[in-house]
This record gives sequence, structure tokens and C-alpha cells, in this order.
Amino acid sequence: MAEDKNNDILDELTSAEYKYGFYTDIEMDQAPKGLNEDTVRFISAKKNEPEFMLEFRLKAFRHWKTLKEPKWAHVQYHPIDYQDIIYYSAPRKKPKYESLNEVDPELLETFEKLGIPLDEQKMLAGVAVDAVMDSVSVATTFRETLAEKGIIFCSFSEAVQKHPELIKKYMGTVVPYTDNYYAALNSAVFSDGSFCYIPKGVRCPLELSTYFRINAANTGQFERTLIVAEEGSYVSYMEGCTAPMRDENQLHAAIVEIIAKKDSEVKYSTVQNWWPGDKKGKGGVYNFVTKRGICEGENSKISWTQVETGSAITWKYPSVVLLGDNSKGEFYSVAVTNNMQQADTGTKMIHLGRNTKSTIISKGISAGQSNNSYRGLVKSSRRAENARNFSQCDSLLLGDKCGAHTFPYVEVGNRSTIVEHEATTSKISEDQLFYCLQRGMDMEAAIGLIVNGYAKEVLNKLPMEFAVEAQKLLSISLEGSVG
Amino acid sequence: MQDITENISAQQRMIDLYKSNFKLIKGAEPQTITMLREKAVEIVRDQGFPDLTTENWRYTDIDPLLRSPYDFNFTNQSRPFDIEQIFTCDVYDLDTFSVTLLNGWFVYKNAPLTTLKNGTIIGSLSKALEVYPELVSKYLGTIAPMEKPGLTALNTMFFQDGLFIYVPEEVIVDKPIQIINIVNSENPLMLHPRHLIIQEPKSKLTLVHCDHSLTHNISFTNSVSEVFLAKESNLDYYKIQNKGHNSAVINGSFFSQMSASNLTSSALTLNGGFTKNIIYSLLNEPACIATHNGLYLVDSNQHVDNQLEVDHAAPECTSEQLYKGILDDEATAVFNGKIMVRRDAQKTLAYQNNKNILLTDDAKANAQPQLEIYADDVKCSHGATVGQLDPEAMFYLRSRGLNERSARQMLMYAFAAEVVRRISIQPLRERIDHMVEKRLKGELSICDQCVLHCNSKEPTVFNIDVSKL
Repeated sequence: MAEDKNNDILDELTSAEYKYGFYTDIEMDQAPKGLNEDTVRFISAKKNEPEFMLEFRLKAFRHWKTLKEPKWAHVQYHPIDYQDIIYYSAPRKKPKYESLNEVDPELLETFEKLGIPLDEQKMLAGVAVDAVMDSVSVATTFRETLAEKGIIFCSFSEAVQKHPELIKKYMGTVVPYTDNYYAALNSAVFSDGSFCYIPKGVRCPLELSTYFRINAANTGQFERTLIVAEEGSYVSYMEGCTAPMRDENQLHAAIVEIIAKKDSEVKYSTVQNWWPGDKKGKGGVYNFVTKRGICEGENSKISWTQVETGSAITWKYPSVVLLGDNSKGEFYSVAVTNNMQQADTGTKMIHLGRNTKSTIISKGISAGQSNNSYRGLVKSSRRAENARNFSQCDSLLLGDKCGAHTFPYVEVGNRSTIVEHEATTSKISEDQLFYCLQRGMDMEAAIGLIVNGYAKEVLNKLPMEFAVEAQKLLSISLEGSVG
Repeated sequence: MQDITENISAQQRMIDLYKSNFKLIKGAEPQTITMLREKAVEIVRDQGFPDLTTENWRYTDIDPLLRSPYDFNFTNQSRPFDIEQIFTCDVYDLDTFSVTLLNGWFVYKNAPLTTLKNGTIIGSLSKALEVYPELVSKYLGTIAPMEKPGLTALNTMFFQDGLFIYVPEEVIVDKPIQIINIVNSENPLMLHPRHLIIQEPKSKLTLVHCDHSLTHNISFTNSVSEVFLAKESNLDYYKIQNKGHNSAVINGSFFSQMSASNLTSSALTLNGGFTKNIIYSLLNEPACIATHNGLYLVDSNQHVDNQLEVDHAAPECTSEQLYKGILDDEATAVFNGKIMVRRDAQKTLAYQNNKNILLTDDAKANAQPQLEIYADDVKCSHGATVGQLDPEAMFYLRSRGLNERSARQMLMYAFAAEVVRRISIQPLRERIDHMVEKRLKGELSICDQCVLHCNSKEPTVFNIDVSKL
């Protein structure tokens, strides 16, 4: 009896509809389909880029042509036709806005639906938003507040125009274009993204946030984010995504680079809720992202927190290179897969400096017929004396048709390093369920409560504004109409 | 004897070598086995050999091994002789039924196949193929999957002999059976021994498999063992490696278990040169138990890789993996363990644990403990640690008056004891215990471990003239 009800609820959970499936009709300025040197030149020209950018793109493109698509991930998908993608698409009306009133109302409505805090009230919540609508920044608020402190927070293309020396100095230093197949592709055709520079000794007073949103059909979104934290600075950066419902698979190959100098701290939080495809696995976003931070100076710290609920395929490993002595890396992740979704995600912690520390907490939740894999590398070089890592990767299975996998890699090259890895896989405990039911809760609420409690350790690491959204997303992803 | 030259790719060379020696390799074997070889040739041609981009081989590079030139013994050059004349097992009290393989060929005292009173058949695989072709071809090649990246297909192409054991229904073999694998050759030698062990329902067997080298010459052993455990049968399997630094061993052990069978395997690598142990344990039917233990103590520039997969294909099975290692000097160790729980393999209990201690900054440990799970009502966990000795425990012992060296040795000994304790054959356990203790004190060199017990500290070449035996 209980078993039946359990199954019903699981059915209900696994059939939840994607709530953010709408499509904004805004005229687009697009590059022709396909990828060749002309496309790369077109994008560069369109963005009025200096010579060094074009050269960087062309070098990346030429390198990309020599690479083969990687196949090692625990995911399956139809081959991607890279010639069938539009590599550049920008809203055609592109005025520089002074106030929100001048912005295309349809666009504002989209943001409204997404709940992006662009209006005055939301400003009071202390959120500065650099909203990216299909590759080009449309509105940036709070520029003045940040400018007072000397913080640069703008779109990547703007940074290329206004601060070419910073871009030239830092771009590609953490994720070089030779890094991997998708990084090379991104470096060749990236459209826009965010740039953030925190000067020496400044503590950023706001939670910086960017909302990415893939819009036009058949448009690959190639974002590029670069965050530079100078000595003794602090910044908390939030990235959130919702994509409208589309029928074809969309490729998203972004790059995020973080540079943390001596005594600085960067906190990067992601809530990812792109369209996961329908129940039969049709459509959905391919999310193949390269995210990496480098703790360059002593005592620096980079922390990744991610809540992954969307995308048909998620394939990414936010990593930290711990170069400075006493630096710290953290990775907190909740990955939820449902229906036919596939996720192969985790992190890499590369210990190079002395007394470096890293913590990995990963919580995977699989439902429906999905597959959820944790894959992570902890590497300690010979010089990384007294390096310390603790990893914990738990998987929760809802239903008997899904899969949960753990593929950790531990490489230790000196005697004073201590690495610990532990992982468990289980279903929701009968005891916990019984306890909740016996206290008068119904099955739906009980499962919701237990799953939320299970993910709590990671959700707690999110900034306040994000935690609320993340909890909602967990509900949408799993609890469906139950929530 | 055949020489291999270097200008073409390793896989093509192997295929050419196979073709030109086809008649010698084939002998009088049944058609089914020849077909199996042909399939293996196709797999080698299509897939090639694993390299550093192959997932389970990413820390173990066999390319230089495959490139070097080797001799192959396509004909049996050993004559019947009494192995005890040249070789005594160093586990003195161990009462075993011992058989020997010299350079991959079965060496026998009286007859190539012996049938014990209880009906157990022990002997040469090539002879068994002649005498019991149906029994052998029913199992041979069905347990070790050739398609998986590895060298199983290569072994299938070239194997000619090895050990064959058949234990009939309800027979309990009371004495352990000991296989001694000896490599003795002046020239670099490549060998492909193949072993087949069939246990009928409710039978019980203890198998001790020892790898030894008598010379310090280069050899490359690519062995494959296939073990079939029928309903409620019981196998206690030990693999002891004690080889010279110049030897390379790729050792595949493939187990197929039927309902309620019980397997315990222990891989003890005390000295290995270059070693890769591959264990694949398939639990086909409910209520199987599989326990895999491993201990590796390596130093100088030795490399040991333990690749282990327990495949839960049926519900209600239990498996456990415990692998521990101590690494000294510039040694490298790899642990690649996997628990696979297939759909519908509900009520699975599976545990996996790998612990490593590094004694120097030049030693390297790589661990890949993996879980791949497709069923929901399971309890699976794994853990891996790499570290040094617990400073608090060290402090405790030091505060009790032990010097640093003794304290370290005591802690390391305790670390290894967790695996050694699990050895169920008492004389073997005592011997291994003793060897581990000596090894940790640094008193055990390859010469001490050498089975011939000569007292020379210099590496010696033992020329056994087989024709005079």
C-alpha cells in the first residue's frame, strides 16, 4: 500500500513540468549558420574588437580544428553538428540605457517572469545585475555604487573596449584556449559575458549577479566570465539561469575564469535551471562548461557552490588550482536529475602550494530514468607539503530506473598530504519516511522534507537571495505539483 | 623462438606473429577454440591495445612493454621433471598439492593430468583440451570478456597451456592447490599462460597462485585466469607476487559466480617490478558473496596497479573490497576499484575501501574508487585515503619510550595486519606476516625473498638447464 503510494508520488515528482518555458519574441541580429574563420571574424568585427582579440579567437579556432570531441564522460547524446549552430545572435535594438524606462518592455516582462530583481525595490535588496540576454548585455545597474569603490563590473565586450589592458593580461590565463575541445570552441566564438575586477583591499559591498538566458532557437550560447580579485579583496558572485522551452538541443559551452590574489576571497554561486528536455528526453540544453579558478597568492580562497537542476546534459567540473601557500578551495554541489537528464559533474582540486586545503561536498539526487555522476580529481604535487583534502559524495536514488555513479580520482605525490574520500549511495531511508508519516505528514511532504534536509549542507552555503530560489528549484525539479 | 622487430605497430606485429605461427599455436585444439582465437585477432585489430587515454589504464603505461622485443616459446621445451629438485616453496609448513608452470608451460612429474581420488582433475590445460574438449570449450573464453579494453584478447590469441582444475559436485578439496609460476629465460620472454578453474555445485577449493622469477632477466607475463563457481561452491584464492624488478606482469583473473557461491580473493604483491592485477568478479545469481582483499608493499621504482570490478548483476549479493598499500622510495601504486550494480540488482550490499601510506615524497599513489549504480534499494559505500602515519598514534608510542623507527614500524605493521589477518591458511598467514615484518624493517631485499635461498647479496642469474633435468 505504502509502496503503491510511494510509486504514485515518484511518478508525480518525475513528471513535473518545466515552469519557465516561454519564449520571448525579440528581433535578433544573427550570424549565418556554421563555423569557419569568417564566422570568427564576423563576431569580432560585430563587436568592434581590438586586433589582439581577433588574433586570440583565430588562434583558438585553428587549435579547435585540430581537436577531437571528448568521449570519456558518462553521458550519451546525439553527435553535435557544429556547422548547424548560429554562433552570434544579439538583440537588434541596442541603445545604451540611462534608466529602466527606456528598455524594451517585452524584455522587462521576460525578466519580470524570471523574477530578476531589476527594479527599484530589488535594488534595495542589494543586488546589482548584469543581465545577459542572448549574449549581449542589455542593462547594468548599480554601476555607480560599485565604481565608487573602484570595482569594475561590466559586460565582457565593454571590458574589451574600456579595459583592454586587464583583459589582455588575464584572459586565457586560467583556462587557456588549448585546455579542451569546448574551451577552444568558446575562445574562438564567445559572444559576451561578464567581467569583474575588485581592486586591492576592497570588500565588494553587494552580491554581484548575472542572469544568463538562452533565447533564440539554434543559438549556441558561448559566455565568458572573468573575475579578478586583487590582494586582500572579497567578492561574492552569483550566476543563475533559466532557459525557455525549445525543441532542439542547444549547446552551451561557457568559460569561467577566476583569479584570486594574495589574501583575497572569491565566492562563486550558480543556480542552473536550463530546460532539461521533455519526459522522453527530447530537446534540452547541453551544458558543457569549463569553470576554473586559481588561488594565485598566499592565503587566498575560492569557493564554488552550485545547484544543478536543469539541462538535458550537464558536463562540468568547477575547479580550483591551489598555487599559493595556505590557499583554500571549496566545492559544494547539489545536482538533481530527473526524467532522461544526464549529469557528469564534480570538481578538480589541484594542490600545488604548501599547506593548501580543499573541501568537496557533493550531493546527487537521481529520479526518473536519469543518470547522475560525480567525477572529481584531487591531485597533490610533490611540492604541496601538508596538503589536506576531504571529499564526501553522497547519492540519493528516487525510483528504480535511475542511476547514481561516483568516479573519484585521487593522485598523491608526496608523503605529508592527507586525502580522504568517502561516498555512499542509498535510497530514502525507510526509517526517516516512517518517522515523518507517523508524525502525520503525507508522503509528498515527507519526501520533500527529507530531500531538502539532505541538500541542506550545500544550500546553506548559498547567499541568502539564492538559497530561496534554489529551494524553489529543488521543489520544482522533484516535487512537481506537490510543492 | 621468435624475434620481434620494431618498425610496425605493436598490434600488427602481434597479429603477424600469430599468423606465421598459427599451426604451432593451434596444435590439435577443437574448432571452437580456434574460432575464439580468430575473434580475438579481430578485436586486437579493431581495438588495439590500451594506452594512457584508456580510462582504466590511465596511470599504467604498457606501451614501452609492448614495444620491446621478446622471445615467444611456441613449443614446450620443458620435460617431465621433479620440480622439488630445483625449487622449494618457502612456506615450509604449507601442505599443498603443488603444480608448476615453467615459462607458461605445465611441468609434470608423472602425467599431464592427474585425477585425485575424489574425482578432482588437476593438470595441463592443453592436455585437458585433448582429453575433455567439451568440458573445456564450454567454459573457456566465456568468463573473460575480450571486448573490454585490456590484453585478454592478446592472451586468447597466443595461449597454449596453463592450469586446468575441475572440482566435481560436493567435493571438498582439503589440501590447498598451489600453482607456482616460474619464469626462467636468458632472453626477454613474453608469455601468455591461461588457467581454467571449474567448480561444480557445493564444492570447496583453496588455491594459492605464486608468481616467481628465477632470473633477473626481462619478462612480460600476460596471464588470464577464468574461474567458474557453480551454485553454493566456495573458493579461497590467493595471488602472491614475488618477482624480480625486471619482470612485468599483467594478470587478469575473471570470476563468474552462481547463486550463493562464496569467493574470497587476496592479492598480495610483495615485490613486483611492474604489476597490473585485473580482477573482474561477476555475480550472476542471487545471494553470492565476493570478498576481495589486497596488500601491496612496494619500493624502489616498482609500479603496482590493482584494477578491480565487482559486477552485481543479481539481487541480494554482498561484496567487499579492501586494498591497502605502503609505498616507499619512488614506487607508484594505482587502485582502480569499481562497484557496478545493475538494474534490478536490488538489496545489494557493497563496500570498497582503499588506504595508502606514502613513506617518501617521491612515491605516488593514485586511487580511483568508483561506484556505478542503477538500482535504488542498495547500500553501497566506498572510501579512499592517502596519507601518512597518524601523528597522535606516533606520539602515543613515542611517549611510551619507543624510538621513532620502532614506532613507525609498529604502526605500519598494524596497518598491513588488517589484510594479513584475513588469510585463512595458517602457515601462509604466518609466512606473509613474517615477510611483511621483515619488509617493513627494510631487511627484505629481492634476494631475501628469492625462493632459492642463496646467500649472495648480488643478484644472481640461475641457469637451469632444462635438458639436464
